[in-house]
Amino acid sequence: MQLALALAAIASCGVLAAQQPNFENVQIQVLPVQGNVYMLAGAGGNITVQVGKEGVLMVDTEYAPLAPKILSEIRKLSNGPIRYIINTHVHPDHVGGNDAFAALIPQNPLQPLKIIAHQNVLNRMTTPAGRETPQPQPGLPEDEYSTRFKDIHFNGEAVFIYHEPRAHTDGDSVILFRGSDVVSTGDIFTPGGYPFLDLERGGSVQGEIAALNHIVELTVPAHTQEGGTYVIPGHGRICDEADVVEYRDMLVIVRDRIRELIKKGMTLDQVKAAKPTRDYDTEYVSRNSFVTADRFVEAVYKSLSEHK
Amino acid sequence: MCGAAAAGLLIVVWNTPAFAQMDFAGEWAPLYHEDYPERIPGPELGDYMGIPINDAARLRGDSYDADRISVVPEYECRPHGGDYSMRGLANMRVDNILDPVTQQVIAIHTRMNFQEMERTIWLDGRPHPPELAAHTFSGFSTGSWDGNMLNGYTTHLKESYMRRNGLPRSDKATFREHWVRHGNYLTVTTVITDPAFLTEPLVRSQTWLLDPGQQLGRDVCEYVPEIPKAADEIPHHLPESNPYLHEVADWYGLPYEATRGGAGTLYPEYRLKMGKPEKSPEKCERYCTCGQNGGPCNLH
Repeated sequence: MQLALALAAIASCGVLAAQQPNFENVQIQVLPVQGNVYMLAGAGGNITVQVGKEGVLMVDTEYAPLAPKILSEIRKLSNGPIRYIINTHVHPDHVGGNDAFAALIPQNPLQPLKIIAHQNVLNRMTTPAGRETPQPQPGLPEDEYSTRFKDIHFNGEAVFIYHEPRAHTDGDSVILFRGSDVVSTGDIFTPGGYPFLDLERGGSVQGEIAALNHIVELTVPAHTQEGGTYVIPGHGRICDEADVVEYRDMLVIVRDRIRELIKKGMTLDQVKAAKPTRDYDTEYVSRNSFVTADRFVEAVYKSLSEHK
Repeated sequence: MCGAAAAGLLIVVWNTPAFAQMDFAGEWAPLYHEDYPERIPGPELGDYMGIPINDAARLRGDSYDADRISVVPEYECRPHGGDYSMRGLANMRVDNILDPVTQQVIAIHTRMNFQEMERTIWLDGRPHPPELAAHTFSGFSTGSWDGNMLNGYTTHLKESYMRRNGLPRSDKATFREHWVRHGNYLTVTTVITDPAFLTEPLVRSQTWLLDPGQQLGRDVCEYVPEIPKAADEIPHHLPESNPYLHEVADWYGLPYEATRGGAGTLYPEYRLKMGKPEKSPEKCERYCTCGQNGGPCNLH
């Protein structure tokens, strides 16, 4: 309950509160990706599921009301215990189901559920602005890490969890399934939509570009520069390196344009009026976009202005 | 009994995917008489004539710096998109894929030399992948027969280009294609729809000549960083700063506005209202014999 309150506090900061859909009509789509890894898509962020002899590993949990539907789909892939949940970042559409899953999953001391995230995620979930620190409880990522990366071996393959500093937030993790050759990115990469640079929670445009470049380093394309390593984004379709490269290039070019306008002494309103993303908006903004062109421009402008 | 047998036969026929009406299998050599300068030496920078682009595509083209495909290693070995591959360096082998049990043609498969591009057009009635499935440069294609014409429909394309001078084609685009064979000639017409960058469909056609002696080899590409650059550096021109955009108008004696493209420049009547060029060369100085009577595409 306290976790739910904490998430509500995060959401009420103007981040994602307006996006919560009617969960009754949501269908969970399951797409095989490669090897032991699947992508589950519903109403929130994509969920990555890895299954095998040792059980189930999940990356992110969407919203709490969808947990029964998601669990039902996971049970079609594996009856094994859910042993790991990895949270890519703090936003409610990715960690909102933690509490519900912790409650739904039978607890077995011999095969305990561990919830992993970067320390900054735990910090933000337990110390939302203006509230007292809640007590530890199920659903919090108490198996936190504060190093550059954490690795585990599960279901016959190495799983690397990399911290991407100051990217989409200050607690982003990118997960590499080395055997299956799949990368799960969280909201650092959202094809079809501009990245949400959450400056209030430590995000930055330079960190976002660095994180995208790291994803490009982790991926190896197969013949004709496609396939090979597959990429599960925070939202949207299954991708590969070529898609990440297009996205990275868009972000670099928009950053360069806004940086140039800042150099000319233009105010935020003047930069917005110059529409520096106008040739990308038809690809990255749709009627339901959470990150509008103006919001994206504002975030890049403010992020670059921090470092003047 | 007779009625039941007829009904049964009808069901069998109804449920049977159509046999290929026309055989496209074989080695095909492209004929470049259509749009030769665009297809062989390659389009000039800033030449958007005849493409029904919107303002977003125009600015993307203006921002394009060709260094990107050599300086950014991830671009070095990319193939064309499935739509553009039909008009690039397009020596093509077409194979029929047969169902091993029924021996029906369930797909045609194409392979081209450049980057070993391959496409499969499925004819067995399978659905397109779900919206969230991965996209590829070739896309996912299905086809059906209309008499002897094969009609294809392609979705799930990766972002690529409409013209090799930076005019983008988005991953939201789809295209239809129509394959027609007249003896030893094959013509494929593609109709591209792109909600991100086109204001109306872009229609292009390409023709091949049957060439049984043609041999397609390997084209193995390995990308390597050739020029040092920072990881967060991508070659591009800032808006209103590309110095090369007037070249094509000046070289060919065209009004600058005509080179900016858009649906208006697509139709013949545009010639009547396109106005006068700012300057015209006294004589042809660029690609003057390109494609004429088999002439080479030497720059001068």
